Parts: sequence; structure tokens; C-alpha cells
Amino acid sequence: MAIPFKYTIRSFMNRKLTTIITIAGIGLVVFVFAAVLMMAYGVEKTLVSTGSPDNIKVVRKSSQGEISSIIEGETVNLLKTLPHIATTADGKPIMSGEPCVIINLEIRSGGMSNISVRGVSQEVNLLRPQVKITEGRMFNPSMRELIAGKAVNKKFAGADIGSKVKFAGDYWTVVGIYEDNGSGFESEMWGDANQLLGAFNRGSAVSSVTLKLDDMNNFEKFKRAMAADKRFLQYEAMTEQRFFEMQSEFLAIFIRILGTFITIIFSFGATIGATITMYAAVANRTIEIGTMRSLGFSRRSILTVFMAESMLIAMIGAGGGLLLASLLQFFSISTLNWNSFSDLTFSFALNPSIIISCLIFAVFMGLLGGFLPAARAARLNIVTALRG
Amino acid sequence: MSAIIQVKNVSKSYWRNSLEIPVLNNLSLEVQEGEFLGLMGPSGSGKTTLLNLIAGIDRPSDGELTVAGTDIAKLSESALAKWRSSHIGFVFQFYNLIPVLTAYENVELPLLLTSFSKAERKQRVETALTIVGLGDRMSHYPKQLSGGQEQRVAIARAIVTDPVILVADEPTGDLDKKSAQEILILMDRLNKEFKKTIVMVTHDPHAAEKASRQLHLEKGDLVGV
Repeated sequence: MAIPFKYTIRSFMNRKLTTIITIAGIGLVVFVFAAVLMMAYGVEKTLVSTGSPDNIKVVRKSSQGEISSIIEGETVNLLKTLPHIATTADGKPIMSGEPCVIINLEIRSGGMSNISVRGVSQEVNLLRPQVKITEGRMFNPSMRELIAGKAVNKKFAGADIGSKVKFAGDYWTVVGIYEDNGSGFESEMWGDANQLLGAFNRGSAVSSVTLKLDDMNNFEKFKRAMAADKRFLQYEAMTEQRFFEMQSEFLAIFIRILGTFITIIFSFGATIGATITMYAAVANRTIEIGTMRSLGFSRRSILTVFMAESMLIAMIGAGGGLLLASLLQFFSISTLNWNSFSDLTFSFALNPSIIISCLIFAVFMGLLGGFLPAARAARLNIVTALRG
Repeated sequence: MSAIIQVKNVSKSYWRNSLEIPVLNNLSLEVQEGEFLGLMGPSGSGKTTLLNLIAGIDRPSDGELTVAGTDIAKLSESALAKWRSSHIGFVFQFYNLIPVLTAYENVELPLLLTSFSKAERKQRVETALTIVGLGDRMSHYPKQLSGGQEQRVAIARAIVTDPVILVADEPTGDLDKKSAQEILILMDRLNKEFKKTIVMVTHDPHAAEKASRQLHLEKGDLVGV
């Protein structure tokens, strides 16, 4: 049997101040690491939930976002002729040709930022039934009117009901606020597609087309029909969810790489802190080590005791850091999404994989921080150790 | 009686910055089973080194060392650790109790290296603490005990595995006269009643009087044998 774990726990409780400082160091690193991963996951989650897996998005091939995608009106009309597109009761295809433009708005707390204004067709309710007007009303398609996403309304001045937003040489009145379960749509403003096309002199060229199929099982057939027609050579179709997921990739990867790099730098400090604490623990308990070795405990038992202590410090730190990070879920922040060049509001989001990553990271810091002192403790000569 | 400890031509030297410092010089002695040997001598005479060699926590530079029928100089480190746990009981000058463990847990510590069940361990710990007169202090931590009581817990720890040999390095060196006397009486009892072979290093002539035989070391040599 090994040296009892209560020895580890009580020894660890004996040095409260240094132990707490070391735990705090590791906890803060885990907090930063968790926060970064939660931020990247929050971006992904927000954008993935923006798109529906039941809607199809048609964009120009290789376009990084809707801003860089153009589909001419003729092509939009041609798309309507493709098979398997769902229709309304009166036979109209459920399809929304959507121009997407970027405008500047003043942030309530100061400064300016970009937001996306999306032109949508009358069929948008059928395509995105989950979007709900929570205040005011839907825009009138024959008027220069907009509805604002909840996140835009919260962050930007001039996005309140009744406010007038100036762009494309005209004033647009905000007439409603909508919600979509915290998705990326809440970071946009919507108006009538034809009004927007006219205001920006874009003719009939939209940025993307969103449509619904009669049955999602027919998606492959729809894609084959598109591929068979050379006039669609420059366009591609994918689920709306996949499209928005791709929108999140660049920002999420950037946050992850930068965040992980910063965290690794921080972790050196925390690991060195753990090493110093454990060296002090070994130095303070040299006689105990000598005594236990003389009683017959092996070098490995001593190594295990000190590694366990270091791991305990790391795990408590990780627990504290994760607990603190989990509170971030109550906060949402916004940043510029480089795929759309417009502001995106999202919440920090935690998932089991982030928890596991943080625990593995803490285990790594614990192992690395504890190994040298524990090895030193295990290598101590008994006679020398007994002298203290 | 047969010799339980046989030290034959044992030498021990330490190296300090490539300088060899001899501590024991070609030393030989035998300790009979059930004997209470007092090792005396001035500081630096090598008595603690000899004790450490007999206890198997140090190795001779040269010579043969047979303790309880085992040539311990030839054992591997892990085998020697296992041998110590079953054959030797240690009593240190400063008790060397683990401060974060209670008296009971300190005494139980060597038993964790055996295959005894929890119930057997409990029985042995309680017996050992009762023998040293601390049956009512089992849940006390070392800092809640007096020096004499701490040393008695250390003795309980030394005898709990029922080893054949007890080695004691200045067991009364840190105690007041009264506590020292109690410890010596206890050790005498362990020798006479429980038939433990005891090797005790001491400076104190009064303590050495309890031993059935006294040996003096001077500069690594036994004198007046």
C-alpha cells in the first residue's frame, strides 16, 4: 500500500498561503484558456445556429461571405426553374434573393462599427419561422423601413423603434425588433430586398439566395440539377447551416490560435510557480521523507506523494478556473467577424470538450510543475534526508 | 543465544569534494539476539553511521554485514526497503513523527507496507499504543503531545510491525530527565518483556546504563571491547 492520500491532503492544507497562491496562478491560466475556448465556441455556436439545416443557400463559388458573393437577377430567376424547390400554397417558390450590404452605425458607448443590412423577400417567414418580432412590427415592403436584431438594438444608437438610419442617400425607419435565439441574425438589420437593391443601385443582383426544398433528401438531386446546367457553373449550393458554420471558421480559428498561444505563455509562469511551491514543500519535509524511506516506503511512493500533491493543486486550480469561466456564459460580447466585415454579438459558451481540454491542460501543468521537485524528493539519500 | 547482528571488517567512508573521509575503520562486532547494546562515543566517532548500517539505511564501503540472517549489503535498494519494513524498528532523537498524521495514523504507517487487513492494523496499532501507555491519545496530533509522549508514539511505531531489532539514535537526547527516564524504562521493558534486540546510540552515561552491554567508539574504531 502507498503512503495514504490523507497525508497528501493534510500536508497540502498545512501551507495555506503558498498553496492558495499557486492554485490561484493555475486557476487564472485555466480561466484564460477556458475563456478563449468558450469565446471561439461561442462564435461557432452563434453562427451555426444562425443557419437552418433545412434551408439551402446558393452563393458564388469561393466567396468568403455574402459581401463578396453576387448573383445576378437572371440567375435568381433561373434557380426558380430547378426541381425540388418547395412552393407556397399559391405555387410561388419559397425562395429569398437576399442583397447584403454593410452600413456604419454609432455604438451607444461611443465609436462606430459595421453592421450587415440584409434584404429579405416576403417568403422570409417561411424560410426562417423561428425569427420573431418582439417589439414593433414587420417592415412594410413598399417603404424604406428596417427591423433590427436584438443585439443591434442593444449595442447601437439609432437602432431603437422610430429611429431613422441614414444610408444609401435616404433615411430608413426602424419599425421593429426581432429575436432569433441569440443567433447571428440578431446582429443584422433586415429590410425589403427590392427597397435595398433600388437604394444601392444594384439592379437585381443579390448576394445570396436562400430557398427551401420540398424534401431535404432531394438536396443531392438539386445539386446535380444545378451542376448539369452550365449557367450555374459559378455558383454553389450548401445548407444554410454549413454556410454560416464556414463564416465562423476564420474568426474561431484565429481566437483559438491567439488564445492558446497567450495561455501557453501564461502557463509557463503558473508551472514555474507550482515547481517553486513543490520544491519548498520538499525542502520543508525532508526529514519526513527520510523517515518514511527508513520505514520502508519506496522511492516511487515518495515520487507519487509529491506528484499527487502537485496534481491536487493543479486540479483545484482547474476547478476554480473553470467555475469562474463558466460564469462568462452570462455575458455576451461583440466583435468584428472578418468573413462578413460586420459586428457579431455572441455569448461565451461552455461544452464538455472545453472542460476536458482545460483539465488536460491543468494535468499537464501539474505534472510538469511537480515532476522535478518530486523526483528530487524521491532521489534523496535517506541518511542525508534524516539530518534535515 | 546466537548473533543476530554480525559486523565483519566493515569500513565506511564518505566523499566530500573528492576527499575521502573515513568514518568506520575495519570494524567488527556481534550482537546477540535479545541483547540491549549501548553505543557510546563522542560526536563524529561513527556511532550513528554504525547504527545506520545495521538498520540498512546506509551501505558499508567494505566488509560484511549480516543482520537477522540476511547479508544486507548485497540487497538491492527495493529489497533492502522491504527488509527494513519487516525487521527494523526506528526510534529517532527528534521522534520524526509525521506532523499531519494523528498518533494512531503515525503508528499505522509502517503497517501500510504489510498485507494486514484494516481490522488487523487497528488491533496492532491499539496494542502498540497501549504498550507505550498512550491508548487514550490515539487521535492526538504530534503537536498536541509532550516530547516524552511523542517519543512514546515513535516507539509504538517502531514496534507495531513486531520487528526483531530496534535501533534508537539518542532516544532521550531531546527529553527532560523525567521523560527520558520513562523512555528508558519502556525500552528496557521492550528488551526484557518483549525480547527485542536493541541497539541504542547515546551520549548519556545514565541512559547507557540501561544497556546490557556498552561499546565505545572513537574515530571510527571500537575501543575497550
